[in-house]
Formats: sequence, C-alpha cells, structure tokens
Amino acid sequence: MNPNRTKNLKLDWISILLFLILVGFGWVNILSASVSGEVTSYFDMSQPYGKQLVFILFTIVLIILILSIEAKFYERFASIIYLAAILALIGLFLFGKTISGATSWYAIGGFTIQPSEFAKVATALAVAKYISDLQTNIKSLRDQIKTALIILVPAILIVLQNDAGSTIVYAAFFFVFYREGIPQIYLYIGLGILTVAILALKFLVLPTAIITTVLIFGHHFSLKKKKTALLQPIFLSVVCIAFAFGVRFFYNNILQPHQQNRISLWLRLEKDPAKLEQMKRTILYNLNESEKAINSGGFTGKGFMEGTRTIGKFVPEQHTDYIFSTVGEEWGFIGSSFVVIIFVLLLIRILYLAELQKSQFSRVFGYSVASILFVHFMINIGMVMGLIPTIGIPLPFFSYGGSGLWGFTLLLFIFIKLDSNRVNEW
Amino acid sequence: MRKLLLFSIIIIVGITFIARLFYLQVYSSKAYNPYDDNAIRKVLHYPKRGYVYDRNGELLVANQPSYDVMIIPREVKPLDTLEFCSLLKITKADFIKTFEKSYRYSPRIPQVFLAHLSKEDYAFLSEKMRKFEGFYIQKRSLRDYQTSIGANVLGFTAEVNQSIIEKDPYYTMGDLIGKQGIEISYEKELRGVKGVKLIQKDRFNRDIGAFKNGTEDITPIAGKDITITIDAKLQEYGELLMQNKVGGIVAIEPSSGEILSLVSAPSYNPNLLVGRKRSANYTKLSKDSIHLPLIDKGLLRMHEPGSPFKTLVALAALQEGVINESTTITCHHGYVYGRNGRKMGCHCGGGIRNLNTGISQSCNSYFANAYRKTIEKYNDAGEAMDVWSNHIKSFGLGNYLGYDLNIGKKGNIPNGAYYDKMYPDFRWGATTNISNAIGQGEVLVTPIQLANMMAAISNRGHYYTPHIIKSIKGDTIPKKYRTPHQTTIDKRHFEPVIQGLHDVYNDGTAWFLKIPDIEICGKTGTAENFTVIDSVRTQLTDHSIFMAFAPKDNPKIAIAVLVENGYFGARFAGRIASLMIEKYIKGTVESKHLERWVMDHTLEHEYEKPYSGEPFNINAKSKLMLVKDYELQKALHKDSSLDQ
Repeated sequence: MNPNRTKNLKLDWISILLFLILVGFGWVNILSASVSGEVTSYFDMSQPYGKQLVFILFTIVLIILILSIEAKFYERFASIIYLAAILALIGLFLFGKTISGATSWYAIGGFTIQPSEFAKVATALAVAKYISDLQTNIKSLRDQIKTALIILVPAILIVLQNDAGSTIVYAAFFFVFYREGIPQIYLYIGLGILTVAILALKFLVLPTAIITTVLIFGHHFSLKKKKTALLQPIFLSVVCIAFAFGVRFFYNNILQPHQQNRISLWLRLEKDPAKLEQMKRTILYNLNESEKAINSGGFTGKGFMEGTRTIGKFVPEQHTDYIFSTVGEEWGFIGSSFVVIIFVLLLIRILYLAELQKSQFSRVFGYSVASILFVHFMINIGMVMGLIPTIGIPLPFFSYGGSGLWGFTLLLFIFIKLDSNRVNEW
Repeated sequence: MRKLLLFSIIIIVGITFIARLFYLQVYSSKAYNPYDDNAIRKVLHYPKRGYVYDRNGELLVANQPSYDVMIIPREVKPLDTLEFCSLLKITKADFIKTFEKSYRYSPRIPQVFLAHLSKEDYAFLSEKMRKFEGFYIQKRSLRDYQTSIGANVLGFTAEVNQSIIEKDPYYTMGDLIGKQGIEISYEKELRGVKGVKLIQKDRFNRDIGAFKNGTEDITPIAGKDITITIDAKLQEYGELLMQNKVGGIVAIEPSSGEILSLVSAPSYNPNLLVGRKRSANYTKLSKDSIHLPLIDKGLLRMHEPGSPFKTLVALAALQEGVINESTTITCHHGYVYGRNGRKMGCHCGGGIRNLNTGISQSCNSYFANAYRKTIEKYNDAGEAMDVWSNHIKSFGLGNYLGYDLNIGKKGNIPNGAYYDKMYPDFRWGATTNISNAIGQGEVLVTPIQLANMMAAISNRGHYYTPHIIKSIKGDTIPKKYRTPHQTTIDKRHFEPVIQGLHDVYNDGTAWFLKIPDIEICGKTGTAENFTVIDSVRTQLTDHSIFMAFAPKDNPKIAIAVLVENGYFGARFAGRIASLMIEKYIKGTVESKHLERWVMDHTLEHEYEKPYSGEPFNINAKSKLMLVKDYELQKALHKDSSLDQ
C-alpha cells in the first residue's frame, strides 16, 4: 500500500455531509417549485427539476475529478486558471448571450454557461496564490494595490456585463484580506463608508454632515493627548461630507430607477402609502410574494408539494433566486431554520478547517471559500425575507442552475482536497 | 482577534435570519386557512333547490341553470373594457358605475357584477373569461315554474339584501332566498346547504386544478323536495273562474286542514319573477293599484263577513241556551230595537222564522234576536261580550290562524274591553252593536278565516290549522298541523245549523246553485264597502261572499269565496263556490250553465268606477256586464281617444 494514498483519502466528511444535505434538499424544493401537473420522469429534461438532477450527477463526476487531481496542481496553476477565467469573461463581450439584461452567458447547444460563477473560483485561487507568495507583504501598500487589482479586474468585467449582483460578491474578499493582516484602518474606512452612505440616503446630506462632524470631533476631544492638531478631524469631516454628496449624486443620477426603488424600499424612504402600494404591486412584486409565501408557511409549513403559492407560481424565479421562499412555505419555520443552521454549520466548519491549515495558500483559499459562500447566503436569504435590498444572486447548492452549482462545488471541494492534503504539507 | 470577525458575523447573520423567520412564520403567521389564501379561489357550489309538487304529485316548480358574472374588485387588473362590455352587452358607463359601486361595498368580498347571463352570452364569455382578472362566473340555479298558476302560493326567490346578510351569516352577496309564498316559508328545507369548491389559481388568475384534490371542499347538501297541499287542477280552475274579477278563493280539506286551493285574483305568471327581468316585472306588478296582483286576496283582504257570520251567532246562542232548535220569531221585514225604535231591515220576506229558515232565508231579525238574547243573558254587557267573543274566536277568528304562509291579517272579533274603549262615557249594550249579529259592524274576517270557520262547522266543532305543506322529502311536517283545535260549541248544536246551511241550497238563497248528486251546505253573504273619492266616503257595490262545504256528511271540502264588488252573495261567489266543489269532488264540471255565466261576466267596469271621475251607481242599480261588451266598449273608447 502506498502510505500517501491512504492519507490522501482523509476527507472532511462533515463538510461533505452538509453539502449533500443542501444539494438534496435544494433539489426537492426545485422539484416543488418547478413542477406543473404530474411528474412523469425525474429526468424530464424539459423541466428545471430534470435538468438540475442531471447537473447534480455531473457534479459527482466533477467532485471525483477534483479529488483525484494532485493537491499541488491548484496552487501551481492558479495564475493560469485565473488568466483563463479573465479571458472567458472578456470573450463574453464578443460571443456572450444576454439573459434578463445581463450579458454573462455562453450558449453551447441547449445549455448555457455563466463564466462569472467560475471566475470566483479562479479569483480565490489567484488571491490565495498571491498572498501566500513569500515575496508578498500584505502590509505594504504596493502589494495591497496589486491584490486589489486581482479582484477588481473580474469585478469590473462583470459590472460591464450588467450583472451588478455578481460583482458585489467580490466584496467577500475583504474578510480574507482582513484575516491576512491588512491594517485595521481599512475596516474603519469600510464601516465609515457604509455608515455615511446609509445616513446620506436615509437622512439627506445636511443631517449626515452634522452627525458625522459631531461624532468625529467628539472622538477627537475624548482623546486627551493631541489637543492641538485640529487639522485631522476637520479634514475627515470634509471628506465625509463630500462623500455624502457623492452618494446622493450617485443615487439620484447614476443608479437606474429599479435600483433606486430597491434602495428606497429597503431604507423605507417612500412615505406616501399610495405610491408604496403601487411599488409593492410592481417592482416589489417578487419580494412581496416571496414574503407572503414564507409567512403563509407558518410553523410546520404546508407540506411537500402542497404550497399553494408555490403551486400557483406566485413567486417569479422561485426555483432560482427565490428558492428559499419554497422552503419557507412548504417546510415552515422548522424547515427554513434548518436550512439556515446547516449553512451556518458549513460556514463555521470551513472557517475552522481553514485555520487548521499549515500552508498559507490553503488557509487563504479556505477563507475565501467561506467568505464567498457567506456573502451569497447572507444576500440571498436576506433578500428573500426582505431584510436587504433585492440583489439577484443564487443561494449556494440550493438554487437551480448548473454553472452556479459547479462553481460552488469547485470552491468547496478544491478546499476539501487541499485540507485532505494538510498532513503532507511539511 | 482578526480570526473572529467573519466567525462572529456569520453567527450574527444566522441568528438574525432565524429571528426574522420566527417573526414571519410564527409570530405574525396565522394558522393556515385556505379561505384566507388569495391563491385559492373559493367558488360557491349551490345545491339544487328543492322541487315543489302538488298534492297529486304534479311537478310545479323545478330549476334552471343561471350564470352570474362575479367580481372581486381588488383583484381586477386593467382590462379591455370595450371587449368586456360588448360580451356582457352593457355600456362602458354601466361598467364604471357597477365597478365603483362594488369597490365601495368591499374591495375584498366577491359580489355579483352582472346577474343571470343568458346561455349564449355565457358560452361566449366563458371562453374569454381568463383575460379578465378579478372576474369569474358563478353558476346558480334559478326557479323554473312548470305552471302558470298559483303565483301567490309558490312565491318567488330573489337576491338577498344587505340586512339579511348581516342577520344570517349563511347568506352571501348574490345568494337567492325565498321572498314570498312557500319559498320563504320553507326556505331552509328548499335551499339545502351550499358547498364550497376550492380551486388553486396561478398568478395569472388562471385555475390550475382542485386544491388538495378536492379533499377540503365542502360538498353541498341538496334542498329537499316538498309536496304542497294545493290541488293544481282545482287551483287552475279557480283562477280561470276568477278572470275579470278581483277577489280570493280558499278551499280547505276539513279532515286535515290542508289548503286545497288558494286563489288570488288577478294573478300573474310566476315565471315573470325569475332572473334578470324579475325586478322590472315586479315594479310593473306593484304599480297596478286597481288589481293589486301582488296582494294575496285570500289571506290579506279583511272585510265584514256578512250573513255567513250568522251561523256562528246561532251556534253561540245555542251553546248559551238562549235559543233552541225550535225557537221562533216573527219577522216584520225588519227588527226594531232601542229607545228610539231603530229598525234593522230584513229581506227574508217576513213571517214566522225558526232556526232552519232563519239560516236558509238569511233572516236578519232572527239573528238580531238571538244575538241580543245572548248578550242580555248576563247582567254585565262587558262580561257577556267576552263570553260571546270567546265562542267566536274558538273558530279561529280574530287572530292569526297559524298557517305556514308568512302573510295574514288578524281580522277583528270585538270583546267587552273593545266597546268600553269605544264608548268610554256610555252604557253600551246589545242594541249598540246589534249589527254584529249579521256579520257587520265591528266584525272583520279574511277569506281564509271564513273557510276555516266553515271547516270547523263541517267537522261539527273542531278544525286543524290550515296549512300548505303536505310532506317534506326525508322530513316530517310540524305537529301543530296534525293536532285538532276544539271549538267551545258542543257537537249536538251543529246539526240544526248544518241542516239550515243545507236548506240554503234546497230552498234558500242559493237554490239555483245546486249541483246534482252533491249535498252542499252553504251560506251567502254580502259586505258593504267604502272607498274615499276626493275626500268623500263613497259606498261601492257590495262584495259578493259565499262559504260552503260538501258533502254534508264526511265533508271533503270547505270553501270561502270573496268576489270584490260582485254584489249579492249567490251572484258571483256562490256560483264559483259551487263550481269549485263540483270540480273537486267530481273531477269534471257538468254545470256548464253556471260556468258559462261566471266566465261571461266581468267586473272590470266596477273596479274602474272610483277612478273614472264620474258619478256612478252601485248594487242593483249598477248594470251587469258581459266580457265581450266590456271589450267592445274599451275598443270604442280607445278609437275615440285616438280621434281626438
């Protein structure tokens, strides 16, 4: 027996089990959400549930492939994989197919492939490779800019394809950089930007300016040491106020009406009940229906294939981005909290494993996987329940779609493969 | 510490999500009820309304399908109103008006948008219905009358109004409910219990199948068929005889109290009050103030009973022992009473009268004497009046009879208190109200009370509450219709009175109304009546009244006939009563001479008099008129008015 071989098979079965639960339960809900009338065959390729079952079978092949490749391969070829992904994204401008406004698909035969789902994997590999390079010092500004570029290139390409939702996912890498030691100031800047932006949208510029200035000077005078240097807080306040103006300008002039409406609804900016009702019927239709579906599920749900709003197809896109509303309606509070708990367990498990890694490449990659999955999880379920503005991204392992499923599978199983190789890293 | 940032955020987000789910699904979620779910269309499923048969099993009332366009205002989406209106055959203004009205009523509750579509309109509309969100078609069943008779008995159904909906939660907008006749009396039995079909909708408002395969549906319970006591053939014949007259006929089977026929003339075809044209026809009928076709004359016309009442005066006197079978008086063409020698006229011909001839010749003097003796038997007139009143009331007079139709009048039988109130400062006595003796004055009755009184006499002292229900399929009829009421008169006192009633036919006032082979007992009557023309109380031709029963022993039918302004009792009412008795007992009518006379004569000219604005004669001075003469005169009048 080859001793290496037995060690190679030390897979993390907990993650795999959680993965299987999500994929399996996801398919059950896709079946419910997409079936119309009788199920003739689970492999009915004219129906989403039939296609998804085929995607899942391919996923198994994919997993075997990932696990049988040498772990070192991913680190060694990270740059090439990244380049290939960037090329694929650029290629969309020439050969891309537009589906619901976004030019982010290649059509091959009857199937479509969304390279942005795979670009996340490539970016995660590239980030891990760059940060783990011995010559990289994440504390130096030069390397921070270089790392940022690795993320920004695919993010910008995706934004240009009119797929804003997928772009936001790249913000997930902030968690990775923070873990790997970028200065604390970035966290403050990030929080500051978020706070000022939300304040500016909610309360307009003047109240925002007052609030931020009071906070900044209050903080300044509470530090008893440098009483003389007033320049710093003044500068900070000016920047904040300028940023608040920028946010208003961006909101009023750059954002498209539907994006404005989503934010307006989220921050409860619209006070006129008649207009609000109108919004609920039009742009908020999906969210409204999805909340109603979840609400009608109650504690135990209406039962598998018994959801009246699911059967009536009241929630558009229910088998893709809004799949969680099916869980809510048919499986109730019990089923939907179960899904939330499984996701949380999987994310924590990946984080835990990432911290155990001895090689920095594996750790950074693991952290990236957890961050990307988390952002998807937070945005998707948050959106379906009306906690955050509508951003159309799938729920990992759950939503219908081959590219998404394979992208997330690659992320998870490359990490599982890296993790299984942990003991050989010395 | 940096390791903990993402970890803590994940935990916080997880907890937030579960809290939000708890809020949505446990805290603010009601127990699931398909009736509150707007993904489920609730379609009412109306059961078959019970059929109505006559006593011989002839189908009188069945059902026909009808389709209503229903609206749920808040679910209405912008639509092609032009197409919709043309399909419904309404104008756009109608559309807007009805829509706004329904929205004001309730945006949420399904309501009738347009009732009773024709079958053709329904066929066209049902194909395109899914284009019009918020609208759907509700199937109902409307009444389909198999007959043109008995409208007053059969009644009609109509949509429930708001006050009924508020009172009885069973009913919802657009439901039909019995409004008159047996439809209202037996509403609960006839209607059954409606069911609900739950249908799964999709977001385009299309039906995509039964909710949970129909397991949650409520199955309707069919209405019960009922059989009524009416004999359709007799009823039809009665309505035929009453053509060109106003009045009522009530025939009762004495041995059971079953109402054999309840004719109100003029009548109308019950099919007029069905469906979309109901409301227009109803208005038209209610505007006929001369004939009042919607008023049931047999149940609602209160009038003085006239001479038939003398039988009860005689029975009360016999029971009180103030007269007996052989008591005689001498009639001097009238009865003189009181301090000033007031006189009540009598047309009996005068001479010595006993009980028998008193009844058969309808001698006023005889009964004035009997009545006076009854009242004066007691020292106190008030007490005496109460005793007398109780005897009379035991025949079902002076109060509602308790029959199973929801309309009626009490009539009036005065007692002591009544006169004390009428004459507070005056010592009244028998002579004050002597006209009660001959069925005039303060006594008021309805035709059904007269018929019931005749049934009680024919039974020699008891009667059953008259009723219209014979049987309910799968149910029993109330006990009160099977329990006899005893009168206060002993059985032995009836025979002489009945003999007198029989002699009315033998040699009395109805001698020319004899029907071969049937021993009929009867009594003629007339009732004075008045109207007000230009604030002047004006007398009109007397009402013709007749009551009878037959055969004399083991009676099968007791009948009362009122023909308004028909003059003396035997003229119209008596002929009609005899013919009805012959029709019922023999099945066919051989007395064609009587029938022809009744059919050939009209009273329309009498009914028009008070409205003509010209002076007119009454009673004997008013000419009898043939139907053909009346029609000729009408035609001439029309021509002359055209010439002008």
